[in-house]
Amino acid sequence: MQIETIKPTQAELKARRNRSIAIGLALFAFVIVVYVASIVRMST
Amino acid sequence: MSLVEKNAMEDAGLRLSEATAADFFALLKPRVMSLVVFTAFVGLIAAPVHIHPFLAVIAVLAIAIGAGASGALNMWYDADVDAVMTRTVSRPIPAGRIKPSEALVFGLILSAFAVMMLGVLVNWLAAALLAFTIFFYAVIYTMWLKRWTPQNIVIGGAAGAFPPVIGWAAATGSVSLESLLLFLIIFLWTPPHFWALALFKKDEYGRAGIPMMPNVAGIASTKRQIFAYTLIIFPVGVLPALLGYVSFGYGIVAAGLGAAFVWYGWSVLKMPEGDRKMKPAKALFGYSLLYLFAIFTAYLADVVVGRALALPGA
Repeated sequence: MQIETIKPTQAELKARRNRSIAIGLALFAFVIVVYVASIVRMST
Repeated sequence: MSLVEKNAMEDAGLRLSEATAADFFALLKPRVMSLVVFTAFVGLIAAPVHIHPFLAVIAVLAIAIGAGASGALNMWYDADVDAVMTRTVSRPIPAGRIKPSEALVFGLILSAFAVMMLGVLVNWLAAALLAFTIFFYAVIYTMWLKRWTPQNIVIGGAAGAFPPVIGWAAATGSVSLESLLLFLIIFLWTPPHFWALALFKKDEYGRAGIPMMPNVAGIASTKRQIFAYTLIIFPVGVLPALLGYVSFGYGIVAAGLGAAFVWYGWSVLKMPEGDRKMKPAKALFGYSLLYLFAIFTAYLADVVVGRALALPGA
């Protein structure tokens, strides 16, 4: 049986890419924050 | 191409989202968040304990995320009300850019994230206060008080007043009378601020079915109550100086700001019946924002200058 799949529009693709970049940056910032905070807490 | 089957999506009534990161950021109510960040920062700096600058930044960041999360939960619950008010109709949910379920999940995840981050990286008293504040704003205020009583923003104002207490707790691991005074200033500032808005947005609140004070008790009663609150906040603003927490320099500034607040409240009280433009109410609303910013700035400046002068050799 042929399965018909969703074809995102250009606007949907652009929005998804925008969200993915934001999530990626937020996760990266979170890793840095935890890393630096751990060092700070260990040294104080 | 997506691996998701088209028929399954359509049967479930789902669609791919066009929401951007900016739409999700708008769910956090950035303007409210900026006030929260500032007052929390003042509470944190006013605390007589040294906290590592990086941990201070984390504390303020976690408080900001927690405040934003409660804003997202508020927008999820109030989507029906937001859709009928011109002030809020362009928010992401009523505008159709974000689904209510997405906002709910976003708010819940950010709430848990902010509380855990503050607890693990700073301290658990501050985290517990943040969790209580999110609960108070999202559940007690948004889901219960807002649609039930004209005292909604009086009691609900406690949620907006907690940030300096959380900031203080992040630095000291405790709560003190000084931090509670900062709480009290914001708590007493909230009714005249929001009732001034409610006066000139009375019809919109009426359409939305929100029992704001002007809609329930009438305009004359609201004007009297606004003036009464400005009379109360005047001495409370000066109280930190009278109790010796800050200098009389702050006290003079707070007295001037408080006197102007009373004057604006008096102007609202004397506003003629049937005044459709309500310029005094709009002026009070604008001044109230300046008042809060200015009195916390004065507090911060007094603390910082006081410490600089107390340094050896100064």
